[in-house]
Amino acid sequence: MALKMREYALLHYGAFEDDRAACAAANDCSKNGIEIVDVYGPYPIHGIDKAMGLKPSRLTWACFLFGLTSLICALLLQYWTSAFDWPTNVGGKPYESLPAFIPVAFEMTVLFAGLGTVGTFLVWARLFPGKRAILTKARVNDDRFVIVVRGGMPVADQSKLEELWKQHGAAESWAEHQEIKS
Amino acid sequence: MHDDTITPPLILGGKSNRDVTNDIAAPLERNPGQMWWIAFIISFSVMMLGVVAVWYQIATGIGTWGLNKTVGWAFDITNFVFWVGIGHAGTLISAILFLLRQKWRTSMNRAAEAMTLIAVICAGLFPVIHMGRPWLAYWVFPYPNMRGPLWVNFRSPLLWDVFAIGTYFTISAVFWYVGLIPDLATMRDRAKTVFRKTLYRVMSLGWSGSQRTWWRYEVVYLLLASLATPLVVSVHSVVSFDFATAMVPGWHTTIFPPYFVIGAIFSGFAMVMSLMLIARSALDFGAYITQRHVDAVCRVIVFGSCIVGFAYSTELFIAWYSGNEFEQFAFLNRVRGPMSWAYFIMVSCNVVIPQLLWSQRVRNSALLVFIITIAVNIGMWFERFVIIVTSIHRDFLPSSWADYTPTLVEFATLIGSFGLFFTLFLLFCRLFPFIAASEVKAILPRDTEGVH
Repeated sequence: MALKMREYALLHYGAFEDDRAACAAANDCSKNGIEIVDVYGPYPIHGIDKAMGLKPSRLTWACFLFGLTSLICALLLQYWTSAFDWPTNVGGKPYESLPAFIPVAFEMTVLFAGLGTVGTFLVWARLFPGKRAILTKARVNDDRFVIVVRGGMPVADQSKLEELWKQHGAAESWAEHQEIKS
Repeated sequence: MHDDTITPPLILGGKSNRDVTNDIAAPLERNPGQMWWIAFIISFSVMMLGVVAVWYQIATGIGTWGLNKTVGWAFDITNFVFWVGIGHAGTLISAILFLLRQKWRTSMNRAAEAMTLIAVICAGLFPVIHMGRPWLAYWVFPYPNMRGPLWVNFRSPLLWDVFAIGTYFTISAVFWYVGLIPDLATMRDRAKTVFRKTLYRVMSLGWSGSQRTWWRYEVVYLLLASLATPLVVSVHSVVSFDFATAMVPGWHTTIFPPYFVIGAIFSGFAMVMSLMLIARSALDFGAYITQRHVDAVCRVIVFGSCIVGFAYSTELFIAWYSGNEFEQFAFLNRVRGPMSWAYFIMVSCNVVIPQLLWSQRVRNSALLVFIITIAVNIGMWFERFVIIVTSIHRDFLPSSWADYTPTLVEFATLIGSFGLFFTLFLLFCRLFPFIAASEVKAILPRDTEGVH
């Protein structure tokens, strides 16, 4: 996964108008041992994760670690500035006043947990300004669900695929060479 | 599963995914129209009035306000608390209702979040103006400096406010933007003009609707909602600490954090409803913002109204029950003193008038709902005014007693903040999809589910 390669491959595409049809088609593909590269659509399809081999996201851990780090840093900053670096007597309040440090510590935890999670997501999903989107002509951000299948399969599988597209009511199906990122 | 013969679907008109895209993109793709321009010119002019007022009061000093030695906080802080409160409904709709799986939120969350962002911008201006020397506003941040370094006082609730509002604005902006990315991709794919193509291409970050990305996206959305939920509760609690931690009768009460949070949600929902009713007819979104949505929001408003009324009575009861004569005087003065007219407006607008929403016939009338929500907004502004001014204008020593009259400069600043609010909201309506299309598509009523 870490190694980035430029690779061109023949890909088969099947476009569906209904998310449930696309989901059923994807599940049938995986049952027949046809490898799904990706599925594109205007909203998340629930129940497609097994067919695509999607594992539970580790973003929750990223969020937790960012939150924990910023909580500790925020508390340390407040202790260090208020009690050690330049202790100031304000109305006789104790220098090390943990209850008074909670609001800022909490806000900092939320701030950096949120920013860190979104940042991690953008990096992991390789989203950045100026990136070229693919399949935009196929209306995948409008009303179409497109299943992309790795080509170069045995002839028997290919005809099975054609049949599968038809069976689930694909609106369109085509094949083309595409640069894929592994 | 609910029975569709009793509960109407959330989105009317049997829309397909394509229809949703077309409907939501339509207001962005047609010319703004006369009404939009009229509204924009009025809002922009009013905003300019505010700019002139702010420039004048900063150039001359905040002695241009009606403040005196006794009443050191009044209009400006009222406006601040009012605008922060307005913002809270957006986060409630986008985060808390998401966690509670309230699907009706999808028609409104985008616009409500935009309202939140804009309201927090309006709110944030007031403390900065109140500093008197706003060019030194960065002193509120703990950065290494040549004055010692002299650090900020982390035990002060005013500093907590800086962090709370700062975090609230940032997280709301991020949440709103993350929600926008798929819709920006939709807009990018159908953009015709160079400006739109560039704007949406850059902002949509190359989103291509991959289910792998969607899979992670849903986790991010859930995490942001889970972070924003305690955040929204904390923000108005911290705002209430500005008062509750001060030793002022009328402010120094433990009820303040929940009282402020519910008040904020109450006023925010009223503002959401006012905006949605206008937008629904102006942008032709009748199929998306239906009577069911209006009913749901009205229920929240009635609930908020009852809790706010309960808080008002609790305050009075505790003042009497505490046996503390300063506390008793503060509340008696609030109800019967020279500012009792403000108290009367507050109770009638917040507690009495919203009770009309119990009636389905009232809820069915868009005009009546609109008037009631405006009343709530007025009432909630007065609530903050009553809390702030009546608590301090009668000091412990009668020799320090003073009255407060706002000046024209203060009125102009308040009105100007509304100008800013509506100017930015109108721009939002023109530049970004008003309804979260990708979320609406996911909750469309499907024809083959069960037999109807």
